[in-house]
Amino acid sequence: MRVNFTVNGRPQEADDVWEGESLLYVLRERLGLPGSKNACEQGECGSCTVRLDGVPVCSCLVAAGQAEGRDVVTVEGLGDHARQRSCGGSDGVPLDAAKGWAAKAGTDSQAGEGVELAPIQQAFIDAGAVQCGFCTPGLLVASDELLERNPNPSDADIREALSGNLCRCTGYEKIMDAVRLAAARQSEGV
Amino acid sequence: MDFLRPASWEEALAAKGEHPTAVPIAGGTDVMVEINFDHRRPEYLLDLNRVGDLYEWETGEDSVRLGASVPYSTIMEQLRAELPGLALASHTVASPQIRNRGGVGGNLGTASPAGDAHPALLAAGAEVEVASAARGTRMIPIDAFYTGVKRNALEPDELIRAVHVKKADGPQQYSKVGTRNAMVIAVCAFGLALHPRTRTVRTGIGSAAPTPVRAEAAEEFLNAALAEGGFWDNGKIITPSVAKQFADLCAAACNPIDDVRGTASYRRHAVGVMARRTLTWTWESYRGARRTEGAA
Ligand SMILES: Cc1cc2nc3c(=O)[nH]c(=O)nc-3n(C[C@H](O)[C@H](O)[C@H](O)COP(=O)(O)OP(=O)(O)OC[C@H]3O[C@@H](n4cnc5c(N)ncnc54)[C@H](O)[C@@H]3O)c2cc1C
Ligand code: FES
Ligand code: FES
Repeated sequence: MRVNFTVNGRPQEADDVWEGESLLYVLRERLGLPGSKNACEQGECGSCTVRLDGVPVCSCLVAAGQAEGRDVVTVEGLGDHARQRSCGGSDGVPLDAAKGWAAKAGTDSQAGEGVELAPIQQAFIDAGAVQCGFCTPGLLVASDELLERNPNPSDADIREALSGNLCRCTGYEKIMDAVRLAAARQSEGV
Repeated sequence: MDFLRPASWEEALAAKGEHPTAVPIAGGTDVMVEINFDHRRPEYLLDLNRVGDLYEWETGEDSVRLGASVPYSTIMEQLRAELPGLALASHTVASPQIRNRGGVGGNLGTASPAGDAHPALLAAGAEVEVASAARGTRMIPIDAFYTGVKRNALEPDELIRAVHVKKADGPQQYSKVGTRNAMVIAVCAFGLALHPRTRTVRTGIGSAAPTPVRAEAAEEFLNAALAEGGFWDNGKIITPSVAKQFADLCAAACNPIDDVRGTASYRRHAVGVMARRTLTWTWESYRGARRTEGAA
């Protein structure tokens, strides 16, 4: 079947989608957006977290057909999403640019240099919250949504918001630091 | 596989009537796991996401008519006052991402003995509103809904429209045992609701029998003991021997199994502990409410 939906502010069309396919599979394999990670395919790890009509969900548990006509934001569109939130207005991220994001990040030790990062992404880098990076996209999407909803989260709020995201490397302390840092920068307006 | 996308409740019922083997998919948090792991290859997936009615709820005089697809996160945020037991239970489900998608309709559809909505619904008192294109609507009392391990009273052509949950008329609690707070399927769970208006106590036990169950003998014992001692009127602390007897009867209502999450004897023991604790917590808040009412 064919699925039409909006990804990172731009209309997209996926063809030859199998009816039982997940949104995650469509994003990664059909649209070439491998930012959302596939680690468990059963909702346990959160590494596939995207926003579906603004709401954080595990894209591995959304049937592709359920995304028809809806609005999806992935980690590739997070910088644009954050920019839009702070200054309003955006044409979205073209698919090629979104794919390019991954390529640039891959060839460059200054992850994503040349691409404007969302404040939460910068904070993860500055706080040293990224090790192997597999959990990072899901954590970024979940953390960004938390700060959108709750600009001054308590530690308990952060833990709660990120309780669906597993990280096998960092021990979570640096991730907590990163979210606190992004919240502090956000409230100082830097 | 075919993907059916009804745009309204009537269309959904018609589709289910025409294809009784179709598997409804709401939040997908149970269905997609099975598909991803190839445990299930339904001929038809029946997407309920476009059926707006299922995401609405109405608060009536005595009960809340909760649309089958209202997500747990909405229940936690919007229905805490009316449905405190279910809101507490909702908060223990999985993670924010799962709670944003999953809801009570899916929990009832799966009818796992470990489903967290069940003990709360049993304790509060509820009826499941189901419908088919052929025979219209019928109400299934929650006590008659669970018919076996992961089996429920739905006919193949029926869908769940809503759950009518009694509005709380007293304190309610929900307690769950697991290895950590987030992302845990219950080793066992216990829901308890005080109903001061009818002077009754109701319970619900999860993950400790083939289906979610009430501890009816324990309820009867406690209702009689509370009446006899005039507890509802004098608001005294419940006698420890009464609480202990109640806990023992709740443990005796279990029919658990040994599995990877826990042994049968551990489950029985834990249900007794949770029964005593939730009774103490709810009774304390009942007494507190009486005191503030008395002072006002
Ligand atoms: C990582 C993870 C953790 C989880 N943790 C918990 C937990 O802690 N506690 C818990 O209780 N559950 C848990 N679950 C299970 C699941 O989230 C719940 O059972 C949830 O309530 C399912 O709702 P849903 O809308 O996603 O259902 P779906 O997956 O869409 O459907 C579930 C079943 O119900 C049927 N169904 C759905 N809607 C209807 C309807 N309107 N009429 C008739 N049939 C219908 C479907 O056909 C299917 O058989 C977890 C799942 C995952 C993936
Ligand atoms: S891949 Fe979706 S939650 Fe793990
Ligand atoms: S950085 Fe490796 S899993 Fe989180």
